[in-house]
Amino acid sequence: MKYIAIKMLIGDTAKYIGILVGLTFASLLITQQSAIFVGIMSRTYGFLRDTGLPDIWVMDEKVQFIDDIKPMQDTDLYRVRSVEGIMWAVPLYKGLIRARMDSGNFQTCNVIGIDDSTLIGGPPKMLEGSLVDLRIADAVIINAVGAKDKLARVLPDGTKIPMKVGDRMELNDHRAVVVGICDVTRTFQSQPVVYMTYTRATTFAPQERKLLSFICVKAKPGEDLQIVCNRIAEKTGLAARTTEQFKDVTVEYFMKFTGIPINFGMSVILGFIVGTAIAGQTFYSFTLDNLRFFGTFKAMGATNKLLLSMIILQSLIVGTIGYGLGVGIASLFGLLTKKTELSFLMPWQLMLFSAAAIILICGGSALVSIHKVIKLEPAIVFKS
Amino acid sequence: MANQPAIAVKCTSLKKTYGTGPAAVQALRGIDLEVPAGKLVMVVGPSGSGKTTLISVIAGILDQTAGTCIVFDNDLKVMNNRQKTHFRGQTIGFVFQAFNLIPTLTAAENTAIPLLIFGAKWNDAIGQANAILTKVGFDQRMINSYPQDLSGGQQQRVAIARAMIHNPRLIVCDEPTVH
Repeated sequence: MKYIAIKMLIGDTAKYIGILVGLTFASLLITQQSAIFVGIMSRTYGFLRDTGLPDIWVMDEKVQFIDDIKPMQDTDLYRVRSVEGIMWAVPLYKGLIRARMDSGNFQTCNVIGIDDSTLIGGPPKMLEGSLVDLRIADAVIINAVGAKDKLARVLPDGTKIPMKVGDRMELNDHRAVVVGICDVTRTFQSQPVVYMTYTRATTFAPQERKLLSFICVKAKPGEDLQIVCNRIAEKTGLAARTTEQFKDVTVEYFMKFTGIPINFGMSVILGFIVGTAIAGQTFYSFTLDNLRFFGTFKAMGATNKLLLSMIILQSLIVGTIGYGLGVGIASLFGLLTKKTELSFLMPWQLMLFSAAAIILICGGSALVSIHKVIKLEPAIVFKS
Repeated sequence: MANQPAIAVKCTSLKKTYGTGPAAVQALRGIDLEVPAGKLVMVVGPSGSGKTTLISVIAGILDQTAGTCIVFDNDLKVMNNRQKTHFRGQTIGFVFQAFNLIPTLTAAENTAIPLLIFGAKWNDAIGQANAILTKVGFDQRMINSYPQDLSGGQQQRVAIARAMIHNPRLIVCDEPTVH
């Protein structure tokens, strides 16, 4: 009877396509919008991903997320270094400094000041130049996207000339020379990223009493990171978080205090409703149209179990195809927009989430249909 | 058949009422009926006289309100739904007034359904369907045709072939000559 169930489903071409379109659309919308949401959320901690060496990030206890800079005193670095179980601890400056462009315009840059001696905290990938060139006087490394776009020189006809190695710029009235171009993960902020040494960054930065943004810490091998974090917090009164914890805190902040989850959540819910409305309704209507035939099967000796298995099979087929098409189109969309500014991240958990939503839509509509078939009196077959 | 009872169907004081209270409609008012095995019996009456209700009760599709209905020594009233469903599938063949052929299945596939319901293998069931359709005068083209491509008479023959394919002991036909 499996083949009969499949033929009944596919034979009604209009409804079959209607169900598939509904499920594909729902799956696409749910997957694509969720992937963009996950992409945006992952951008919030892009800097943490790029700075892979430290295990622990030490910061002011009031810091709520990665871009929430509450500077500490430089002496805090030495206090942290004195804590047991630490292999090394280096300073890191992170802040916004205005760059003055050739055109006279100002461009705010996201400046990262890394440890002068070890250069820990540098960009993950150098496209041009070398990280050690940061030791040259006034040297800075800029990210490729910033170089091509916001830091580019704009000619009168509108043509953009990307900033390149050897070019100069002015950062808070300080001369800076580009010695390298790097690639960094796009972050939630769209400003160009400028790497320099910690000393230079604190010199370039507007004068403040405290300038140390973070202390990057590596624990000794075999040390429990949480225990080391607790020790740092206990001895210094500062907040110490593992990289994963800092990521979670950052994501949690954006989830809690921005409208991003609500906006994307609405789109995902909309996809679910549209899917349920179109696919669920069409599937139910398909079952209703075939009710007479299910009644015929029942009269001929088909048990409820057999009829249920037929409906579940039909539901599984449309669900699988619709889900596959939707996720496939969403993946294609992700592939096509890979090199654009759109954030798109589709981890396997997201595919499971999307599959669960489709199962819910198909299962729900199948359940309603099944209820109808179970309640069906076979006497319906004698009604002309 | 060696063990075939002489009486296929025996109904005694069979009553069936639809609805309750003032809206109740008494469709069968104490029917006594005996159908000998191997005989063709026709029930004739005006529209609304309860013919379909009677065969529905005999076929185990409807429950009677009162009285007894014994089909091949089986009292349908004491059977639960599962037993009745099994009994129907094994014992009874149906020809419905509207034929109830599934439009997305070919004549052979429609005919094979009673066998497929009881777990026959696809190729065996289709093979038997082809054979019985050939017996009712179908050629290969018609066997592979869909109901909408067949005339009313041809559809009727498919319905009859479907009712007979599993060798039922009783065939119940509801106005089979209406088309």
